[in-house]
Formats: sequence, structure tokens, C-alpha cells
Amino acid sequence: MTIILILLASAVRQATPLLLAALGGLYSERSGVINIALEGLMLAGAFTSATVTHYSGNPWVGLAAGIAAGVLVALVHGVACIRFKADQVVSGTAINILFLGVPALLSGAFFESTGATPQLPQGQLMPIAPIVLAFVLVPVTWYVLNRTPFGLRLRAVGENPEAADTAGVNVARVRFAAVMLSGALAAIGGAYLSIGQSSLFARNMTAGRGFIALAALIFGKWRPVQTMLACLLFGFAEALSIQMQGVSQVPVQFIQIVPYVLTIVVLAGFIGHSRAPRALGVPYQEKR
Amino acid sequence: MKFLRELLFPLAAVVAAFAVGAVVVLAVGDNPLSTYTLLIGSALTWPDGIGYTLFYATPLIFTGLAVAVAFRCGLLNIGAEGQLYIAAFMTAWVGITLASWPAWLLVPLCFLTALLAGGFWGAVPGVLKARFGAHEVITTIMMNFIAVALASYFTQYHYKPQGDPILETVPIGEGAHIARLGRFVPGFPERIPLNLAFPVALLACLLVYLFLWRTRWGYEIRATGANPAAALYGGIATGKQIVLAMSISGALAGLVAVNEVLGYRYRYYDGFSAGYGFTGIAVALLGRNHPGGVILASLLFGALLRGGLFVDIFTEHVSKDLVMVLQGIIILFVAAEALFRRSSRRRIKSV
Repeated sequence: MTIILILLASAVRQATPLLLAALGGLYSERSGVINIALEGLMLAGAFTSATVTHYSGNPWVGLAAGIAAGVLVALVHGVACIRFKADQVVSGTAINILFLGVPALLSGAFFESTGATPQLPQGQLMPIAPIVLAFVLVPVTWYVLNRTPFGLRLRAVGENPEAADTAGVNVARVRFAAVMLSGALAAIGGAYLSIGQSSLFARNMTAGRGFIALAALIFGKWRPVQTMLACLLFGFAEALSIQMQGVSQVPVQFIQIVPYVLTIVVLAGFIGHSRAPRALGVPYQEKR
Repeated sequence: MKFLRELLFPLAAVVAAFAVGAVVVLAVGDNPLSTYTLLIGSALTWPDGIGYTLFYATPLIFTGLAVAVAFRCGLLNIGAEGQLYIAAFMTAWVGITLASWPAWLLVPLCFLTALLAGGFWGAVPGVLKARFGAHEVITTIMMNFIAVALASYFTQYHYKPQGDPILETVPIGEGAHIARLGRFVPGFPERIPLNLAFPVALLACLLVYLFLWRTRWGYEIRATGANPAAALYGGIATGKQIVLAMSISGALAGLVAVNEVLGYRYRYYDGFSAGYGFTGIAVALLGRNHPGGVILASLLFGALLRGGLFVDIFTEHVSKDLVMVLQGIIILFVAAEALFRRSSRRRIKSV
């Protein structure tokens, strides 16, 4: 019985960074901007939060700085994709590569280390708040999407930008807002990893979680509640593989690939088709 | 004239990226000029600098070509990383299993394995796209993780030497080794791992060029990439071209195994790729998805990888991660222009 409780608690913890990043991705992608930069955004948030918490001694200040970093990096993605109509996947890839390098470079300069920040004391961590926030954000996101003017515009811009433009919606502005929001949320997800779950930033500490979040978003058909369920499922798989490390006969690698295989299966339409927002990945040219 | 114009924009992107990089170096607390002198200078010494630059450029030529071929068909293959991992493991597996076979048989067999394994790993997302409309970007990302996990599983549980703390397989048979260039080039020491995979990479560039611009299949692939609706209307089975392009793309990425397994480490080494598949995207973009451009861009990134090691050791604060930062910025700059065409193409399709 206790083992099951431990496993479930661990699953919720593992799902938290995924859920935050996936909800971030949801805003961006429902507005029509592909965000495979989630991994890089998480890394930016994780590194900045840990660094600023180290210097300020206050995790909230660290979190705020992390969010600011995420928004800033997302803004770069937005400028490239929305303003300059760069290919969204390529721009996202660039940001992912960039933020594999930037934290390592900076930590070398700040802390004379090869990619890690100094250990933070227990009192300067926030192990609970991001979890609560992540799960509270699920109904909030549902409400924003389905019951507010901003949500309506967001969906319109992602499904049919021409129509939205004709109706007087500023397509670029809505997309910028969505992309920056996704930067903020992904950064909180990253911050949870560095100043919540562990107590420092380590080189490439997201280890592909940005991509699993993306997988959860697709698996969840770009909807908040389904995405949360997907995150919990993937978080459970991760918790299972941690618990089973060295104990069971089943190799961890097989559990680790579950989210990826499931995503491919869903994308191929074998179990329920997952339809992307219609204008996803298509830059919009204003008609005037 | 057209050639010069094609060269101009990538050059501008590189210069701009180095300028931004200089600001980063300055912010970190080092002198940009001396850092860059070290970065480029250490890649140009004979024989070590140039030898290692070419050695690092070799896998990038393969992955750059891989991404470029897919691009020409309108596909973004982010899966070169997974394709090269699966190919490297399978090649090592053949080299281990048939270790006693003679070289004249084993080398071609390993070569073929690299092509087929990479090609298969590329074909799967191709089929998923052509048959079910699954976006190749997402499926190739997922296939990357699956490839790495599978290779690491088989290495750890079935092919690791007893008591070895490193995650690597037992060595392949001697018959599967290919020669280092030091054996043929006078004055070039054999300790430098530059091997026959490098001329193979150059040959691959030539073949890809001939294939894309001098054969019917190549034409059909480019037509599918340029305008799928028109290609379909013109009688081209676009689905088949997508699968073909992804298979060729994967096979090219798979050839990294020739350099890594047959020419360098003589075994599968877990996590050997320094993001070659992703750098391949930068290489293809910077090289304008043209085999000639791919060679030039690979030489640049190869030099950066080599020089990065020296920057790591001989500067006060800057680490080799500077290379990654430069790479990211170069892609961002190139993307904002080069892919404007790609996206405008998509718009035509959607109208």
C-alpha cells in the first residue's frame, strides 16, 4: 500500500514540470505557433532561477527572474517566427541548441563550474508551490480558452487567422502574447526542476522533458484536461522507472520509451486521431 | 553571380552570429578577439588542427546531407540523431557478430548495415507522414529517444564487456576496421583519427548532387518539396517521394556509423554523438541545402568543434559551450531568411 502511495506522489512530482511546460506549449500552439523550444525555455528558466536564488537567497525572486528569462527567450522565438516569419521548427531548434550552451557558458563564468550552479540550502527551495500552481492552471487554462475573449481570439488565430484578422483581431499581437505566456510557463516548469525538485541547476537537467511535454500536449489533443492526464501518465512512467531502477527485471529503457511510442501511435491515428490547430506552423501575412 | 549571391547571406549570418558571440564572450569576462583567434587558429594548424577539423566535419557532412535531402522534399528531418545512433549500434552489432569474417566481406557488409539501419529509421516517419499524415517533426523527435534507449538497452544488457564501467560494446572484429588517412598521406600521422569515411562523405555529396539534379527520382523529390499540390497534379506520387526522401535521408545519417564505428572507436560507444544530428540542421541551413554548401558549412562547424576544445583549456572563463551558442545563433539568423521560402511554399499549398 505505502509503495503505491509513494509511487503516486512521485508520479505527481514528475508530472509537474511536464504539465507546466505542456500548458505553456498549449497556449502557443493553439495560437498557431509551433513551440518545440519548450526544452530550451525550461533550461533558461531552470538556470536563471537557480542562479538568482543563489545570489538573492529568495526562491520567489529566483522564480520571478526565471519567468522573466523564459518570457525573454520566448520573445526571441516570437520575433523570429511572427515578425520575420522564420520556420517555427527551425527557430525552436535553434533555441534548444542555444540553451544547451548558454547556461553552461554562464555557469563557467559565474561559478567556475562546468555547467552546474552551487547547491542551495533546503530553506531556499520551493518544493510544493509549483505543483499546486501546475494543477490549478489546468482549470484556469480551460476557462481562459473557452470562456474569455482572449481565449476565443487565441483559438480563432490558431484555426483561421484570415477570418480573425477580418473580424478585427490583431493576429500578431495575440500570437506574441501566447508565445510569451508559453515562455513563462515553461520557465516555471524548469524552475521547479532546479529550485523545487533538486537544489541546483545541472547541465542539461531537463533531459528531454520539454519534448515529453510536447508529446503530452499532442497526446492530450491540445486540450488542457487531456494534456494533464497525459502528463500524469508520462509522469507515472517516469516514477515507475525511478522506483524500479536496479530492483526489477524490466529494463528502465523500456519504460522510458513509453511516452514516445504512445505519441507516435496517437499521431498515426491508431487510437483516436489527434488533430492539430489548423493554422499551426503557418506564419500569417496581414492583408493590407 | 548567382553563386556569389547564394554565398552572401550565409556569410552575413555567420558574421552576425560571431558578433553576438563576441558580446557574450565580453560579458563572460574574456577578450573576444583573442578567443576567436584561438578558436579558429587552433583549427588550422598542420597536421593536428586540420586533421581533427576534417575528422569532426565528416559526421556533419553526412547529417547535413541527410537534413538537406529531406528539406528538398519539403520535410524537416530532426531525426538524424536517432538514425545515426541506431545505425551505429547495428553496424557495431554486425562487426561483433561476424567478427571473424574477412575484411573484403565484412567492411561492405557493415557499410550496408549502416545505410539500411539508418534508412529504415528514416523510412518509418516517412511512411507515417505519407500514409497517416503524422507530422515528421514530432515523429522524428520521438524516434530519436526510442533509438537512444534501444541502443543503450542492448549495449547495457547484451554487448557490454564484463566489468566495464563505461557503457560501450565489446570491440568489433579487426576485419571491419577501415584505414586512417595517415596510411596514405605522407607526413600525416596515423594517430589522427581522420579515416576513409571522409572521402566517402565527399563522394556522398557528389552522389546526392547527381541524384537530386540529374535523375528523375531526384527531380520528383524536389518537385514534391517545391509544390506538393502541383507535383501531385503533374502525376508524381508525392507519398512515395516522401518515403523515398526520408529513407535516403536516414541512410545518409546512418553513414556516420562508418566514421564512428569502423574508422574511429571500433565499437558502439553510448552517447558518442555530440549532437551531430542537430548540428546537421545548422549545416544544411547554412549550406542552403546544397551538397557543396554542406561541405563548406561542415568545415566551419568542424573547425569550431576542434577550436572549442582549445578555448575550453586556454581561456580564463569561456568554455567550449561557446560553440553551441554560436551554432544556435547562426541557425536563428539563417532561419529568419532561408525559411521564408519554405513557409511561403506552405501557404501556396494551403490556399
